[in-house]
Amino acid sequence: MTKISRRNLMKGAGLATLATLASPALAADKVKIGFIFLGPIGDYGWTWAHNKGRMAVESELGDQVETIYVENVAEDASAIPVLRDLAQQGCKLIFTTSYGFMDQTIQVAGEFPDVKFEHCTGYKRADNVSTYNSKFHEGRAVLGTISGIMSKTATLGYLGSYKVPEVVLGVNAFALSAQKQNPKAVVKLVMIDSWFDPPKEAAATETLINLGCDIVTTHTDSPGPLQILEQKGLYGFGQGADMSTFAPNAHLTAIEDIWGPYYISRAKALLDGSWKSTDTWDGFKEGTVVIAPYNKAVTPEAVAAADKVQAGYKDGSFNIFTGPIYDQDGKLRVKEGEVMKDADLAVIDWFVKGVESAS
Amino acid sequence: MSLEFIIAAIVTVVGLTTPILLAGLGELVVEKSGVLNLGVEGMMLVGAISGFGVTVMTFNPWIGVLGAAAGGAAASMLFAVLVLQLNSNQVATGLALTIFGTGLSSLLGLSFTGRIVAPFLSVFPDALAKDPIWRVIFGYSPIVYFALVMVPLTAWFLKSTRAGLILRAVGENDLSAHSIGYSVIKVRYAAIAFGGAMAGIGGCYFSMVITPMWAEKMTAGRGWIALALVVFAGWRTGRLLAGAYFFGILMALELYAKASGFSFLPSQFWAAMPYAMTVVALSFISSRGTAGANAPACLGKPFLPST
Repeated sequence: MTKISRRNLMKGAGLATLATLASPALAADKVKIGFIFLGPIGDYGWTWAHNKGRMAVESELGDQVETIYVENVAEDASAIPVLRDLAQQGCKLIFTTSYGFMDQTIQVAGEFPDVKFEHCTGYKRADNVSTYNSKFHEGRAVLGTISGIMSKTATLGYLGSYKVPEVVLGVNAFALSAQKQNPKAVVKLVMIDSWFDPPKEAAATETLINLGCDIVTTHTDSPGPLQILEQKGLYGFGQGADMSTFAPNAHLTAIEDIWGPYYISRAKALLDGSWKSTDTWDGFKEGTVVIAPYNKAVTPEAVAAADKVQAGYKDGSFNIFTGPIYDQDGKLRVKEGEVMKDADLAVIDWFVKGVESAS
Repeated sequence: MSLEFIIAAIVTVVGLTTPILLAGLGELVVEKSGVLNLGVEGMMLVGAISGFGVTVMTFNPWIGVLGAAAGGAAASMLFAVLVLQLNSNQVATGLALTIFGTGLSSLLGLSFTGRIVAPFLSVFPDALAKDPIWRVIFGYSPIVYFALVMVPLTAWFLKSTRAGLILRAVGENDLSAHSIGYSVIKVRYAAIAFGGAMAGIGGCYFSMVITPMWAEKMTAGRGWIALALVVFAGWRTGRLLAGAYFFGILMALELYAKASGFSFLPSQFWAAMPYAMTVVALSFISSRGTAGANAPACLGKPFLPST
């Protein structure tokens, strides 16, 4: 992977030059904040949403901070020199915005104790490393609710990336919510081993449709699957951002990731010296997870049920991970009336009953 | 397993195969002329954005495909000037072309991000193209038929035409071809341009047919599979067609196995299959001795006439 690392380094260097050129002489007084992104900022999904958060920081605190970002950073050892590069350029706070940057973040954080790091969706922390995440699964519960009501075949497709807790939680929340509406609902899961691979996402969507799924939800980042669903006259959901422009009829709604408020609060904490290593996991209540406007195809019954789930999360009265919950093998994992704790959710590695997957 | 089910699976396989078949055919001709162009991925991306951009501006996908071919060929000319005129290292220059093409396509694509076009689908009447059975023959984008027609055409060109013979002579022994009066450089320019155009059309299959949109790096490494495919095919067109469908079937099998809940093999195994099979094919070819070694003798070497 040396090739990719070199490419990213060159990009990083190029961007740094651009950033220096673009900013006035005052730049030296501004606090630098760095971001590394997994995908391209034009993916209209995950990275796009993080970049929107970055821009929110710029517009809110632009007179005090300057942001630098590097996109297309691979989730392997090549992320380490990119992170070092950002730290050496003087970034005081660096956001690493994907699970696969976890160990690299911890390693580089050890080398630069004066620089603060924030790792998204991971669980390893240090004195200068915070973690933050969004309760996407709360949004998945809304999508599952809609799907359970609207699916005619009761067979739902789930296009995943990797078996990491975030995706496992999403699958489980989606399946449990669909089963609440239709006990017969099953979820077929395909992991494509990538976050962004439009042709493979499209082929996987066709495969799921061929195996009987009439609604496919995606946990990968491109709008490709929605375009396939649009062509077939079926339904799906946007991931990370409102993708309705790509599929005006198929796009029922989307989970939007709103990172801006969190990024702004952390940047402010850095500026006033109150930054501490924390673990943040926000959802509907804090406004990190937002559901995009419903398509007119969503039935009134589904809208009512979906709104109820959202309201339940906002006032704390609802949690989809409430027992009894059985796993794929039919083993009782959560007893009747028990609610799974966040700490257990964060490391979950088993799928619930009704999920059909290869592993 | 119904007939409709199998046909839907075949349609998916065709979608996965067509881009690598097009890019592979182009690269085969390039390599037959003695040039190794590792920039396929970059040319595909330039083709993808050119095709998409032209379609957005002209509302005509046919012109869009021409634009994709022109874009891919233009990108390949950059490589051609460097390796043919300046005798730069072909491997390094090809890799540079991939990096350059990735960056250039991202830059060109900035103003097209978030836009869509109507997918460039079958031109046959809906009664045939959308029929659950007949779509197996009539339900594809014109690019698919173009790719299939280009296979025998390329084979015929290389095998039975004078120009094809010259091209192969240039690839097998450039000095001899030069000494009897053929312009090695001109032939290689033409071959590289053809390779670029085919990679460009392969690239626009992603941005105009499968997912009609532009997204950075949307070819996601298919250019490398096309390169492996040429080696896997032992530089033969017929085997290239078979190999492309073999790779396409492997890619579809991975998805079907996962979606059906089979977990007898880890998914990484499936993803590595095209490359692993290329190594197996290479070992097989070389184990048969020189008779089976089909690689053009001058592949990757700069043309340095003594005079």
